[in-house]
Amino acid sequence: MVAYRAGAPIRARAFLADVMRVAAALPQGRHVLNACSDRYRFTVAFAASLVANKVSLLPSTHTPEVIRQLTEFAPDVFCLTDDSRCQIDLPRVRFPDAMQPGEARGSPAADEQTVPWQPLQIEPERLAAYVFTSGSTGTPLPYKKTWGRLVNCVRFEAERLGLLDGRPHAIVGTVPPQHMYGFESTVLLALQSGNAFSAGRPFYPADVCSELGSVPQPRLLVSTPVHLRTLLAAGVHLPSADLVLSATAPLSQNLAREVEQRFETRLLEIYGSTETGQIASRRTAQTVEWQLFSGVRLASDGEQTWAEGGHVEQPTPMCDVLEITAQDRFLLHGRLSDLVNIAGKRSSLSYLNHQLNAIPGVADGAFFVREENESASSTGVTRVAALVVAPGLDAAAVTEQLRKRIDAVFLPRPLLFVDSLPRNDTGKLPHEALLSLAANAMKRA
Amino acid sequence: MSDKASPLRQPAPPADNAALQREVADLIVAALNLDVAAADIDPQAPLYGEGLGLDSIDILEIALVVSKQYGIQLRADSEENEQIFRSLRYLADYIATHRTK
Repeated sequence: MVAYRAGAPIRARAFLADVMRVAAALPQGRHVLNACSDRYRFTVAFAASLVANKVSLLPSTHTPEVIRQLTEFAPDVFCLTDDSRCQIDLPRVRFPDAMQPGEARGSPAADEQTVPWQPLQIEPERLAAYVFTSGSTGTPLPYKKTWGRLVNCVRFEAERLGLLDGRPHAIVGTVPPQHMYGFESTVLLALQSGNAFSAGRPFYPADVCSELGSVPQPRLLVSTPVHLRTLLAAGVHLPSADLVLSATAPLSQNLAREVEQRFETRLLEIYGSTETGQIASRRTAQTVEWQLFSGVRLASDGEQTWAEGGHVEQPTPMCDVLEITAQDRFLLHGRLSDLVNIAGKRSSLSYLNHQLNAIPGVADGAFFVREENESASSTGVTRVAALVVAPGLDAAAVTEQLRKRIDAVFLPRPLLFVDSLPRNDTGKLPHEALLSLAANAMKRA
Repeated sequence: MSDKASPLRQPAPPADNAALQREVADLIVAALNLDVAAADIDPQAPLYGEGLGLDSIDILEIALVVSKQYGIQLRADSEENEQIFRSLRYLADYIATHRTK
């Protein structure tokens, strides 16, 4: 079994038939932007791309500017989508839905009997995907992911999560399959551990609960702090879960304990990076220390920390400040650089600044992260704000331009107009001066 | 999920829910720390994307407020989601039709 749709199982045979059908329908062009929002269709499309020797592109957002940059990176890229209203500005190919995905299982027993099925054989060296981080120069940086490394990473994850005990686990995700965390922890995790994921991508709390309740136990909920907080606050009946995963942003110990109580479960937080994939987990309700996946080691020169070994293989620098506490454990002390991560979407302040300053009419501008307590809303999301010098423009015009360039979660709240930015002699913006100017501008607003 | 009831299939409330629209606008502005005055939100303008410029995290946050204030658990696929949040007026009408408190 590979997946569930509305609680009904989709078996490996039907999945493989779908994969071969879609692989045969793919157009020319080596690079695929897989925009299918249904998790099953996404997975079929990903596997079909592998079979057809194509490479999936996994950027963290699909804004027009990012899409434009993708076409520079890979001029032959096309978009595979299951949404008739998809607006992505690339040659678009509809997911071939002649047969409802996964519904081959229900139809003629012939399919069940005659399609011989054996696991797909993909060489470990095969380039499967490019994952992108937002580079500070305004151009996303691609990272190569071979099939072998993707598989290794989630095999270590499956071992850590206890999914290899022979029982069939069902995985429900509130995170999209296009994000690295969702891709690894729902799609790949299920495929490589003999478990199954649920095809839907439930949004509202009531939808999440019904999706979770529709699959058999034992079951996993793969989620984020935002979604978990909303679920707990919504006043809906929560089905039990055997394990809850959280990643993309730090989870407070209080929230972790409440999740464990209300879902009668264990909650594991996952830590990783675009470059390394997932490398550690912790049971947040009980400890602040992260435990590395087996085989992975950390090394540090006092400032920079590298991960190596296990599925990471070569030494890879980490973007966070890590304190090594034991051979297989560490503490996480926040960002090393200017990365911002809002609800699983990653960007960097320098990327956002680059996009703001590229708008015609903007003379100068800078994004900044507001203090946690003043900007966190009831779902606990920290937003970014921006100061801008743009005498000829108004807030609506700047926002409209930004919306074309950056993901909506990074739109500044608020966007403050000022006469000039407090740059020092070297052109840098001291953080304190920026915050105090912002505080004044907010008072005036 | 075509078997779910579409919010648009509900009969449109005849009255212009001006008071409720204002109340919902106040809730949204307070919940999201928005930079606009509740009275300045155009009842016909889209809440999502263009217009007020809300994103999916905002929508989750509004869903939470709506469940607490009016006892409605929103259930929707993405299409219906966009319909409910098509404008302040649509949202207020949806609340008027479905509220349990």
